[in-house]
Amino acid sequence: MIHFVVHEEGDGVGVVVVEGVKAGQDLVGWIMEDDKEVKVTAKSDIPIGHKIALKDYKPGDTVIKYGVDIGKIVAPIARGEHTHVQNLKTKRW
Amino acid sequence: MDLAKSTFWGFKRENGRVGVRNHVIILPVDDLSNAAAQAVANNIEGTIAIPHPYGRLQFGADLDLHFRTLIGTGCNPNVAAVVVICIEDGWAKKVADGIKATGKPVAYFGIEQHGDHDTIMRASKAAKEYVQWASELRREERPLKDLWVSTKCGESDTTSGCGANPTVGNAFDKLYPHKVTLAFGETTELTGGEHLVAARCRTDDVRKKFQFMFDRYQAIIDKHKTSDLSDSQPTKGNIAGGLTTIEEKALGNIQKIGRKCLIDGVLDKHEEPTGPGLWFIDSSSAAAEMVTLCAAAGYTVHFFPTGQGNVIGNPILPVIKLCANPRTVRTMSEHVDVDVSGLLRKEMNPDQAGDALLECMFRTANGRLTAAEALGHREFVLTRLYESA
Repeated sequence: MIHFVVHEEGDGVGVVVVEGVKAGQDLVGWIMEDDKEVKVTAKSDIPIGHKIALKDYKPGDTVIKYGVDIGKIVAPIARGEHTHVQNLKTKRW
Repeated sequence: MDLAKSTFWGFKRENGRVGVRNHVIILPVDDLSNAAAQAVANNIEGTIAIPHPYGRLQFGADLDLHFRTLIGTGCNPNVAAVVVICIEDGWAKKVADGIKATGKPVAYFGIEQHGDHDTIMRASKAAKEYVQWASELRREERPLKDLWVSTKCGESDTTSGCGANPTVGNAFDKLYPHKVTLAFGETTELTGGEHLVAARCRTDDVRKKFQFMFDRYQAIIDKHKTSDLSDSQPTKGNIAGGLTTIEEKALGNIQKIGRKCLIDGVLDKHEEPTGPGLWFIDSSSAAAEMVTLCAAAGYTVHFFPTGQGNVIGNPILPVIKLCANPRTVRTMSEHVDVDVSGLLRKEMNPDQAGDALLECMFRTANGRLTAAEALGHREFVLTRLYESA
């Protein structure tokens, strides 16, 4: 069973594609471009469609998704934590 | 899916374009004419009124865009005939003349010196003749290249970028070699991925024009933004769905143009494509504004991927919804024409998802009503460039 998907190898976040992911749950991810599996333990409850960090981040780091810059980290994130507006911001506008 | 010999059944219009619907529309030029237009549509079965809130005291480029959008709507081959109503004769005639260039039947009416009652009676008589005439038109088999397909996504979430949008991209990549006329737009929603779009432009001229449109829109954002566009771009619905930044939203958005097709041309908001290929239309990213512009540019079928569940339709352009979010597919199933949630369970591959969308496209083109049509969604929203005088 796939719990989250990753666009391509090297992306720093995955997208949860099932409902009800809870902290402590072992998750299986599918790296779509490379058709590989990756495993992560969730450290937060994460709603469907929301992102899970695949690595540790510190403020100022850039997050890569689709192989491209999607913004900057503004609060520390540990691998397995929910990555969203509370810790990731746009670099534009 | 082998598209080489694929055909669909459409209505060939006087100017050679082919429509997939056979609407008789009652088109008000301004807000004041909405009541009369709606009364005519109430009187005559099978007609559609297209009310909207604008058309008074606009000027310059904004007025030109207003006229071009109304004329483009009337010219769309999904429309068989048009009744134009305006508060006065002059602008009614201007819009009617623009539509008449296609060769289709058009009548126009001004309200001043007549009042609503007399206008409604005269316009209803014309509408009755048109709708009876249109009811005898028959579909004929046409090659795939006669189809014009546009796309715009809405209420996107992260599943859009990995499921529904790449499905449109797969379908576009398959349609492109068969000389279908394709379009995408949403200028600000390319922010963060504009370099990827620029790289896909066929020539340096096209790239320059794209960059000009992109920079022009960024200047509008910069002029009016507060600290950022929080809750607006991405929208609150996008954020609820897990999208965090405009860059992330843009990269998901760009999946809609596939991986192979090149951008052959760039259109301003009131321009029509001049040949087959993929066209970029400079536009707002608001769903109804963009879809209205696609219809006015002459597109006849629209692909609309959604994540959180945008419910939009259009009066004349069939809007096919596709969704990869299993929760949305479950909770809003009546709005979803193509369920591609299997992509995210690895039960469906992108090629199969693209084929499922194309199959729905052919069925829709041949006459099957979309979910939005069956549910009565007729959102028609005119883009404004600035304040009225």
